[in-house]
Amino acid sequence: MMRVQKRKIEGSIALTFSTLAAFLGLFWLIFILGDVLVHGVKALNLDLFINDPAPAGVEGGGLKNAFVGQLLITLFATLIGVPVGVLGGTFLAEYARGRKIARVISVLADIMVSVPSIVIGTFIYAALVKPVGHFNGWAGSLALAIIMVPVVLRTTEDMLSLVPWTLREAAFALGAPYYKVITQVVYRGAATGILTGILLSIARVAGETAPLLFTSFNNSFFSVNMNQPISSLTVTIFQYAMGPYDSWHEQAWAAAFVITIFILILTITGRLIIKWRYR
Amino acid sequence: MLDQIELRVKGLNFYYSGGIHALKQINLPIYSNQVTALIGPSGCGKTTLLRCFNRMHDLYPGNRYEGEIYFVKDDILSPDTDLISLRSRIGMVFQKPTPFPMSIFDNIAYGLKLKGIKKRSDLSERVEKALVHAALWEEVKDKLNASAYDLSGGQQQRLVIARALAVDPEVLLFDEPTSALDPISTAKIEELTAALKKDVTIIIVTHNMQQAARISDRTGFMMLGELLEFGDTNKIFTAPSEKLTEDYVTGRFG
Repeated sequence: MMRVQKRKIEGSIALTFSTLAAFLGLFWLIFILGDVLVHGVKALNLDLFINDPAPAGVEGGGLKNAFVGQLLITLFATLIGVPVGVLGGTFLAEYARGRKIARVISVLADIMVSVPSIVIGTFIYAALVKPVGHFNGWAGSLALAIIMVPVVLRTTEDMLSLVPWTLREAAFALGAPYYKVITQVVYRGAATGILTGILLSIARVAGETAPLLFTSFNNSFFSVNMNQPISSLTVTIFQYAMGPYDSWHEQAWAAAFVITIFILILTITGRLIIKWRYR
Repeated sequence: MLDQIELRVKGLNFYYSGGIHALKQINLPIYSNQVTALIGPSGCGKTTLLRCFNRMHDLYPGNRYEGEIYFVKDDILSPDTDLISLRSRIGMVFQKPTPFPMSIFDNIAYGLKLKGIKKRSDLSERVEKALVHAALWEEVKDKLNASAYDLSGGQQQRLVIARALAVDPEVLLFDEPTSALDPISTAKIEELTAALKKDVTIIIVTHNMQQAARISDRTGFMMLGELLEFGDTNKIFTAPSEKLTEDYVTGRFG
């Protein structure tokens, strides 16, 4: 009897501690999201999207430059990072399947995923900003693309590996060459999984600040010229939040709110696709 | 029964990449427009043999063939064989249905498109013909654009057979095509097999002794990588010359 009781007590202690730990983690998450929500919604207005920044210290103005800049940087990052990631993942799962090089690249990609993004930012700074002589949008896109590649590559590899081999054999048995087996049959089988990986990787880089600080930097004026410094939401948040003006702080909150919602939508869409695919 | 030889296996040895000697000195004729069944206990090499006919083993590095398989007059094991054209002449149906993740129509049209047929009207005509041929047309004619995954297992298997038939193959390889199906679907596939042999030569690997007896004209009994006995199905099942064959077909082992 005593033993049973002791085990019951031990059980409830373990349960209490793990529940507390879970709530402790959740508390900060909800605190941060709630704070962004409250301050962000308050500061949100139409001017934010249609006006460029007012001169420092002057009330009003918006962040149109940062929204457009963020969109451009992310768009080009996606255009560079996704093809490289998908083709690389295809190489690992198909052409190099079972070979040592596939395992080595896989492990390297996993390491790349956890490399601090500021390291990638400084790398691009040395490679593409210093030689050019000034910050530029392309450098920002490339830095984000480099962060995307290992994520997309690993997801693609995993998703392609999930497609049963018999399906490939069936296509081969009809006389299909390998590249057609991959593009017409295997990709179709893995399409939703790969798409989810792409969405999640965009969500991952959309919130990056450090690599952009070293590459595309910022621009207080509206610009779509990727050869020049270009504004982004994350860097703007960083600068405005550190700035001395209340109006800047408010706009930083609004920008934080918008970017959080954007990432949330991407993530939820990604999850929904997974759920819909594997229901 | 016209005994014309479609495929002739001569002194075939097969080694998997690990060096396992999976087929030993196989000699076997496959007669045109007949159903040839390959039977034998698990691991005897019947599927390995079947996959030699369309060089499926080439997909995996390190596998090695020795000997010859004559397809009419060409040795298909020769390194010069064009695998793409070989595989469009010798089709294959697998144990589990393998519909592609696309519509019923696109599944059937897949092999046709590979052959370069692009005109929509030609495709429609050939897709319908193949589905009729595989006894599936009546069941799917109103939902050709539905996903192939919406079909039942038995329908999927007939879809896969239709897909293989669409490219007008001369030979069809069946690798235990009914082992994942219920009895009714199995009966349909068996009827279909019997009906198909007027157009194609069929080689079927099966674990089901009654199935081999019901649908095949010739039977080969394999064990431990060797072809122990080959002959008319009637003879193999009623008066086999080998003791081991008799023990196997009467269910004493296996």
